[in-house]
Amino acid sequence: MATKTYAGINVDVTEDGYLTDPSQWNKEIAAEIAKEEGIELTDKHFEVFDFLREQHAKGANLTIRMVGKSGIVDIKGLYQLFPGGPLKKSSRIAGIPKPTSCV
Amino acid sequence: MAEKNEHPIKKVAIIVAKGSIEDVYAGLVMANGAVMEGIECKLFFTFFGLDAIIKKRQNKIKTATVGNPAMRMPGGLPFPTLLGLLPGVEAGVSAMMKKQMLALDIPPVDEFLDMIVAGGGEIFACKLAYDMFKLKREDLSEHVKDVITVGQFYEEAAGEGTQIIFT
Repeated sequence: MATKTYAGINVDVTEDGYLTDPSQWNKEIAAEIAKEEGIELTDKHFEVFDFLREQHAKGANLTIRMVGKSGIVDIKGLYQLFPGGPLKKSSRIAGIPKPTSCV
Repeated sequence: MAEKNEHPIKKVAIIVAKGSIEDVYAGLVMANGAVMEGIECKLFFTFFGLDAIIKKRQNKIKTATVGNPAMRMPGGLPFPTLLGLLPGVEAGVSAMMKKQMLALDIPPVDEFLDMIVAGGGEIFACKLAYDMFKLKREDLSEHVKDVITVGQFYEEAAGEGTQIIFT
């Protein structure tokens, strides 16, 4: 485990760069992690983060299918928001653990 | 960040040649997993694997209840081969497997192909098997990009960092 500074705040991250404590997350931190992933955040991104964080808090096993059925964005749109990593990149920027599902 | 491997997989070409649930889903899970990781993906269906891209059959694929020594009853006892012969058993077991997969958010075949295509994966049918089974283009689901020869398949698979996977 390591510590990183995002938006002037020290947060604990795994070696893959995922926050270990979702409660340390805020929108400024999200924007800086997104910059590392080469993603410019829009309101739509934050809608996805809210959904993921809510589902994660409920203990759900996150999948892209679940996001696709959320009514926020379809799966194609999710790939456009997070190119090359619809679930991994979105989870990382949302401040929740690396996804463990295979779909 | 963890150190990245110096030789990452950049592209996978996955061949599905068999049409039972476990064979088709192995290919679909690997293909979907690839596009989710940002890996370019070509999925090639041939022989009995073609059932997965034939509109009328793709959501009706089954698992064999005869000739499968690893098959178990719910609870873990071995599944008697003779039981597998009875009418309706194969359909029942197959329906149950699909239900269990759906509980893990693994969708029916047509929806799974939607997901792979949405992620930029490309679906192909083998021309040889397509001709042999006397199929027509309208028999195939709209996910299929093209019906191609083995030579074209290798062209699609070409490039540094490609892996060809035969399930």
